This record gives sequence, structure tokens and C-alpha cells, in this order.
Amino acid sequence: MLRAMPGSVQSIERAAAILRLLAGGSGRLGVSEIAGSLGLARGTAHGILRTLVGVGFVEQDEETGKYRLGAALLHLGTSYLDVNELRSRAINWADALAARSGEAVRIGTPLDGSVLVVHHVFRPDDTLQTLDVGALLPAHATALGKVLLAYDAGAVAALNGTLEPFTRRTTTHPRELARALADVRDLGWAEEVEEMTVGEAGIAAPIRGQGGLVVGAMGVSGAVERICDPGGRPKKTLVTVVRDAARAVSRDLGASRW
Amino acid sequence: MVERYVMAVDQGTTSTRCILFDHGGRLVSVTQREHRQHFPRPGWVEHDAMEIWHNLERIAPDAVAQAGATTEQVAALGIANQRETTLLWDRHTGRPIGRAIVWQDTRTDRMVEEFAARPGCEIVLERCGLPLATYFSAPRIRWLLDRTPGLRERAERGDVIFGTMESWLIWNLTGGPQGGLHVTDVTNASRTLLMDLTTLDWDDELLDFFGVPRAMLPRIRPSTQTYGPARRVLPGVRIAAALGDQQAALFGQTCFAPGEAKCTYGTGAFLLLNTGTEPVRSAHGLLTTVGYQIGDTPAVYALEGSIAITGALVQWFRDGLGLITSAPEIETLARTVEDNGGSYIVPAFSGLFTPYWRSEARGIIIGLTSYVTKGHLARAVLEATGWQTREVVDAMNADSGLALKALKVDGGMTADNLLMQFIADVLNVPVIRPMAAETVSLGAAYAAGLAVGYWPDLEGLRRNWHRAAQWIPAMDPDRRAEEYNNWRRAVERTFDWIRPDQSGS
Repeated sequence: MLRAMPGSVQSIERAAAILRLLAGGSGRLGVSEIAGSLGLARGTAHGILRTLVGVGFVEQDEETGKYRLGAALLHLGTSYLDVNELRSRAINWADALAARSGEAVRIGTPLDGSVLVVHHVFRPDDTLQTLDVGALLPAHATALGKVLLAYDAGAVAALNGTLEPFTRRTTTHPRELARALADVRDLGWAEEVEEMTVGEAGIAAPIRGQGGLVVGAMGVSGAVERICDPGGRPKKTLVTVVRDAARAVSRDLGASRW
Repeated sequence: MVERYVMAVDQGTTSTRCILFDHGGRLVSVTQREHRQHFPRPGWVEHDAMEIWHNLERIAPDAVAQAGATTEQVAALGIANQRETTLLWDRHTGRPIGRAIVWQDTRTDRMVEEFAARPGCEIVLERCGLPLATYFSAPRIRWLLDRTPGLRERAERGDVIFGTMESWLIWNLTGGPQGGLHVTDVTNASRTLLMDLTTLDWDDELLDFFGVPRAMLPRIRPSTQTYGPARRVLPGVRIAAALGDQQAALFGQTCFAPGEAKCTYGTGAFLLLNTGTEPVRSAHGLLTTVGYQIGDTPAVYALEGSIAITGALVQWFRDGLGLITSAPEIETLARTVEDNGGSYIVPAFSGLFTPYWRSEARGIIIGLTSYVTKGHLARAVLEATGWQTREVVDAMNADSGLALKALKVDGGMTADNLLMQFIADVLNVPVIRPMAAETVSLGAAYAAGLAVGYWPDLEGLRRNWHRAAQWIPAMDPDRRAEEYNNWRRAVERTFDWIRPDQSGS
């Protein structure tokens, strides 16, 4: 029988016990065996197992109905979502975003304090453009990077005062950046106006996976006069299409609430 | 004004998808359901047609709902389908006769050999532009008729009817047993071995040769024409186009002029070259096929290079070997090493298609040493798709007398940057992905939208095409030559594996 420690959440403890149980022995157990081993009601064990299956920590064998540890657990330490899989799941919506906005689209994931470009769609004007998948962008000077920083406390700490200026509009002061990131969290999207390259601007929004975890950022970038209105602010219509596209990808990845 | 959309149904080998497109050819909503692959014996591949129909019943209304639209806002519906997959069903009950036999299935290999030994078999290639191979539908129809007692009589009375997947879906959508339309489009019909490429009608001598009763065959219609309104699932929506999936991709890539070509990377890969209104015969193992027919205008033909296994090899790596958990991870695994470590995989799972047409070949992994890791094998998996493309392009260049200058690509595997770069490297031409990777669906939507006037003309469709990505060749020519040589030596070692007396195993 599991006994709850004071101040702890009982269902999480039970879930942890189920994972330990599956990690040992034969590795494949039925719901009754699990309930029996832990002294849980069958219905309780089943409910916890369904949730664990939902987040990918446990898998159920189609043939036997037995449970085993899920692949997501094995990848916990590396990356939540394979970047090639992210591209594959986002490619249609990235195309649609490029078509709707008329601008180049990029998807970025965090890598050592920078933004790794994992997908790039050309601006749909058939001019000569070069694929920059695999390139690294500075996080503090790009809309993609600001989205990734805003939703990852660890990444901000990693920057640690080394904010390189690219233009005179680059945010170089940590406190200023923190304010900008708070705005991103409030608004749900980020902007960059001539902070990385003079004459260029960008808009980005978060891509969320299961449970709302931000797994990447998706955005458009281009000439400042096309991205921004005459007042120098990102055009509302563009912000809307960027956010809609990022939400569509999130939905496909299983983030139900966004 | 209320926005209107066109729906594409892509009934593919592994899943059925519904996509709504807007006037700009942009994706508005997508729904998808996979269906089970049945492998009852080695070389056999089957689908449950009822499962596929039920999937469509579910995802079509979902796609409309996801777009926040109503059925009235769907201007037309176009279907693209896995080709050559063969289904017989009872016209009165709507029940399929067994499972559908999928295009990859090789159970008819012995029968095909017998047909190929019969006098007069040269009319097959002559009339339909296709070699006698297990890939196409007619031998499967014959196999089914021979296998079940009494089936032939029911087929002769027209009680049991034949169709590829578009016929099955159109029949069901337009009422099923209650007056469903039994039609096929000219591109699908061109893959049966039963249609004359020039008359675009069933050919009596071919029917006779394969022993297929005419009464069981659907009416052949143009690819783009209003067949009728749906009476189920999306009542009132006009069904206005059907194309084989590869022809749909040619249409979606807007390859409307002779000389324009595309390659679609899915379960298999298919390179189609528009050859205009005259069928061109191949001397290098390419297929002559119908590209599309718009209403009553003359049909446009294509040369096709078919590769049976590309994405299916990645799926096998995932499901059969369990070395990756999702298909896109093949790129992650392949990038853990610099090269193939000397290993080559020739995925002749159901024989080799273009340019070899060897049904008796089977797959191999060769060059194994203790140095080779799963990362090297992941490279070899991706490279197999690259080299198979190279063989098809070489055949295409030889037949057309022109050198391909760039390759337009689409399909799920175009999300794999390592693979796309490798294809550019081995072909030594730029590889270009258009802004809609979903060109199969887009082609079906374009064709349907054209039929009902949603889009006015082909030029309007062309203006929707934009370049989304481009990969430039960067491989050292000596290395390219050496690797190609290794690949070809690997291919030779797959030949003659299945002997006639152990057919099907």
C-alpha cells in the first residue's frame, strides 16, 4: 500500500510507483497486475495509466493490452520532440503561412542559448533565396529567439549578460530583455524590428506540444516596410496569421488548449 | 460574401486525408486517418475497403467543421487515390468481396509469367503502354475471379463490380447500393492493363486476354468533370474530379506543359513527365500513362518512372526493425554519422520497378562489416531513395533525349533535408520543393475546382505555384560516380532471388 508523504500529491506518487514497477521485472504488465502490486483500485490504476499513455510515458500493446514504458521517457533527457519530426508535422502549416503572409517562414528550436533554424520556407516571390536550415540565430535579437526565451526560464539564465549588439536597436541590457520577454508572455507573440539586421523585421509565436510545453517558435520575417505599419509596429493582420499558424501546429502536436 | 472552399480527398496507401483549400490554393484544414495494412502472407498486401470508407465518412465532415464552415461552402470535391489497388464488391449489398489487393502485392507473379508466355501478349504493351507486371490491376481481378467459385458468373451479370479506390469512394458517396455511380477516371483506368491508351476505352481484346468481363467494369470518365452530387457524407457537394495520386501531383505541381516533370516521395516515389497530347513509348522501362483529361478536351499523356519502395523503407526501419520511433527520426539518426559506412540497402521488397521491372528480385542489405552502425544503415535507407531516383532520371533523359535541368519534388519525404540534399547531389541538378508539399491533394482540388469554375483556367493555377525550398548539388563528381557504381552492383545482387517454383514466398 502506498502511503502519501505529507504535502505531496498522491496521484503523482502513484504514477511514479507505476513507472518504477514497469521499469523493473518483465516490463509488460496488465492493469490488474499493476493495481494488485500497488494496492490500488483497478479504476484508479486505469485512470493513471491512461494519463501516462497520453503523455507518452507509458505505451499499451495493441495485441495484449499490457502496459510498458513509453518511448518519451527514454528521450526525457535529450529533446522533448525530435526537430526533424517537428519540421515534418509543421511543414504544411508553414507553407500555408508563407502563402498567406507573402513572407519567408522559419521555425526555430533552442540550442545552447541560440535559435537553431529547423525549417525554412522561401518568401513566395520566386526570387533567388538560400535555404538556411541548420543556421544559428541570436536569441535576444530575433522574434523566434524571444519566443523561446520567454517560455524557458533556464535559457534566459544561460544568456547571462552577454547580449551582443547587432544594430543600434538590439536589446543589450538584461533588464530590458526581461521586460520584453514579459511582454511576449502577456501577448503570446514576439516581434523584432531592425534588432538583428537594419531594414528587417519579424513576428513569431510559440509552438506548443502536449501539456502546453513550448517546443519551438514559428515566425515570418522580411523587409520592415512590409512587416510593419507606418507607425513602425508589426501589422495586426500578420500577427494574426502567424499566431493562427503556430496554433494549428500546436493543435496537431496535441496541445489542446492553445 | 461567404468564403467557399474545395475539398480534396487523398485516399493513400497508409491513410485517407481530407483537405480544404481556399482560392489561393492554401490549406485551410486537414483531417486524416490511417488504415490497417494487412500482410496475410509474404508478398501479399491488403486493405479493408470498408475501413477506408468509414474513415472518409468520419474525416470529411471533420475537415469542414475544423474550417468553421458548412457543407454548403464546399464548392466541389476532388479525389486522388492510390492507384492499381483492386477491389471487387457486390453492387446490391455494397459489401466488398474480401479485402482490396494493394498495388504493392505480388501474389499474381506466377499468373503474370503465364500471361507473358502466351501468344499475343505483345498487345498489352502496345495498347496500354504498360509492361505485364504484378503492379497493375487486371491480373488481380483475374486472380479474384479464379479464386472464388461462382464469382465470375456474378461478375458477368454485373452483380459483382470492380473498381480502384476512387470508384469505390465515388460509388459510396453517390448512394452506394441505392444508385451509386460506378465510374472511374481515365488516369486510373490507364493503370489497369485493360484500357486502350488512344481510344481511352476498355479494349475488347485486352478484356479477352485477361478474361475480365466488361459488365463488371466502371464507366471511364475524364479526370475533371462533374460526375454527380454526393448523396451521403457531404450531401449535395459536387464530385468533380478524380485522378490517380501521381497524376494528381503532376496537376498540383502545375506541370501543364510538355517537358515539365515532378517526383512525389511517399510510400513509393513516382516521377512523371508531361509529354503532351501524344503518348510517347519508352525504350528504357518507363510507363506510358494518361496524365489527365480536362472535360472533353484531348487527354494529356505522361511518361512515368515508378519506384516501389521509398518511404516504405523508412516505415520498415521504424516498424519492422524498431530502430526509430517516428519516420522523421531517420534524419536525426542518419546525421549521427558522416556516410553510409560502406553499406547499401536495395529495398526490392516487391521486386524492382523502373527501369528493371524484375518481379523476382528481393531486397538486400550489403556491405556489412562490424564497423556499420544503425546510423550508417539510416544513411543507406535515405540513399536508396536517392539512387533509385537517379536510375529513373537516367531512363527519362535517355527516352526524351533531353537532360533534366531541375527536379520539382513533393510528398512527405520532402521534409527530410538530408534526403533532399542527397537527391540534388546524386542527380547533379537543383531539387525544388513548391510551397504546397501536399501536391497530391492540391492537384485533386485544382481539378475539381476547375470543373465547377471555382478556378477559371490553368494559368490561374500556375500563378499559385511558388518555390518554398531549393537544394543545390554539392557532391564531388568522383565520389558520386563511385557511389553510383556501388549502388548498381548492389542492385545486381537482388536479381533472380525468387524462383518460379517458390512463387510468392
